[in-house]
Amino acid sequence: MIFGIDITVALFYLFATLMIAAALAVISTRNPVYSALFLVLTFFTAAALWILMQVEFLGIVLVVVYVGAVMVLFLFVIMMLDMNLAPLKSGFIRYLPIGIGVALVMAGELLLVLWARGRFGAEQFPIPADRAADYSNTEAVGEWMYTQFLLPFEVAGIILLVAIVAAIALTQRRRTDALVQSPARQVRVKRDERVRLVKMKSEAPAQGDRT
Amino acid sequence: MDALLELIWIVAKILMITVPLILTVAYFTYAERRVIGFMQARMGPNRVGIFGFSLWGLAQPFADVFKLLLKEIVLPANANRFLFFLAPILTLAPAFAAWAVIPFSDTLVLADIDAGVLYLLAMMSIGIYGIIIAGWASNSQYAFLGGLRSAAQMVSYEIAMGFALVGVLVMAGTLNLNEIVRAQSGGIFDWFWLPLFPLFIVYWISGVAETNRAPFDVAEGESEIVAGFHVEYSGAAFAVFFLAEYANMIMISCLVALFFLGGWLSPFQGMPVLGDTILAQGGIHWFLAKSAFFMFSFLWLRATFPRYRYDQIMRLGWKVLVPIAIAWVLVSAAIKLSGAVILGS
Repeated sequence: MIFGIDITVALFYLFATLMIAAALAVISTRNPVYSALFLVLTFFTAAALWILMQVEFLGIVLVVVYVGAVMVLFLFVIMMLDMNLAPLKSGFIRYLPIGIGVALVMAGELLLVLWARGRFGAEQFPIPADRAADYSNTEAVGEWMYTQFLLPFEVAGIILLVAIVAAIALTQRRRTDALVQSPARQVRVKRDERVRLVKMKSEAPAQGDRT
Repeated sequence: MDALLELIWIVAKILMITVPLILTVAYFTYAERRVIGFMQARMGPNRVGIFGFSLWGLAQPFADVFKLLLKEIVLPANANRFLFFLAPILTLAPAFAAWAVIPFSDTLVLADIDAGVLYLLAMMSIGIYGIIIAGWASNSQYAFLGGLRSAAQMVSYEIAMGFALVGVLVMAGTLNLNEIVRAQSGGIFDWFWLPLFPLFIVYWISGVAETNRAPFDVAEGESEIVAGFHVEYSGAAFAVFFLAEYANMIMISCLVALFFLGGWLSPFQGMPVLGDTILAQGGIHWFLAKSAFFMFSFLWLRATFPRYRYDQIMRLGWKVLVPIAIAWVLVSAAIKLSGAVILGS
């Protein structure tokens, strides 16, 4: 508490507002690079919210995986595309009805879920009990992941592995004209294979040449 | 009121870490020029002194800092003004924030958190953004190429680094940095460098690559792309990038010392001859000595090796270091299961 304000609550509202603002900016800015950067900000504030809810493991992993790896690759692709911004701005009215339709369906689904859980209100979602100081979030996640949820975890792992193999296989194109280096052969090369010493008489400069 | 006092105390502690860090960076640049000068049989900076005493050029870093601060910051034509100035801050902030969890000794640590290693990984991966944004916002081909090279290299080597850390985590069984150090207690042969020797080497090489230092410094390869992502930066903005790079180098040196060489533990711990003297006790002096060795070897590498070619860097990272790291993670799990290494003996 500082000046009668609970810091946790103040931080929660700060990060929640930032997150919603950043999420809106992702879809409203014209420049795709800005959009990607706002998405990074959204992930980051989401991670901050999770840490406020005492799930520091998931929060930090969100930063490591999404902010640190996924979005970096996104930015890479977006920056390398030399895109013309003008066509992106057109067609807003044309696609508006479809967009509104999709948004309504999604909002309806979310509301249905909340409705099924029994109306709204904070009393429906009790504040979880504070954990002891030596409670380790990371240990808890590990324990559950490798005991109770072992099967879903392994299945998710296999799906990801298949996706990796598929992604790599898609980029494999056989090119017959490409020159390939073999570092192993480069390392093993001997002097005799590259250099030939020749014995020869010294050449005298021809008449009139200046040396 | 108490909360306010606590806040002031925390800020004081942060200053106690950052001020020595900035001074270390300043003298690290001086040491770099002197050490490489010595290795290449030339003098290095030996003129700038105080009140007419040259003092082996010890005032050189301050002269450099003031020169950079007084220079004009040039904004390139058509550069993105906001992102151009945001980039140096985004590079520096994580490089400094990461120091919060470093245990300098048993008790000297700003934030002794359980997820310390994860926090470090997160901070290091955020540092990439400053570099990519700098490359893009400068509106320059050289800067853009440098930014892409640097980011691709950092993303690639982060994987090898992460896997090397998995071995350490398997051994120590915790993500808390101080606990990791304590798990290595018992003298030089109980440190993790011995059972995890390949991971130690992989981590050190990836650390050098992660900071874009020689021989992995293609990101700023002067001969091809002038200076990489910070070509367009001058004056104080350049100084900030410089500060972040050196802070990261010192950081990597400290991390190698923490993860593999027992951090603040003494190598002679438990030796009957030394008894309870300062040599046998753990403390910040051991941590600084170990880190200083790795800081020196950064300079040593730079003076020794020519620059890698870009495809060779990628090959080394993905096809050599990552497989070694993955294989040794399995081995370290086996070592742990077999009970060959007893923690904290």
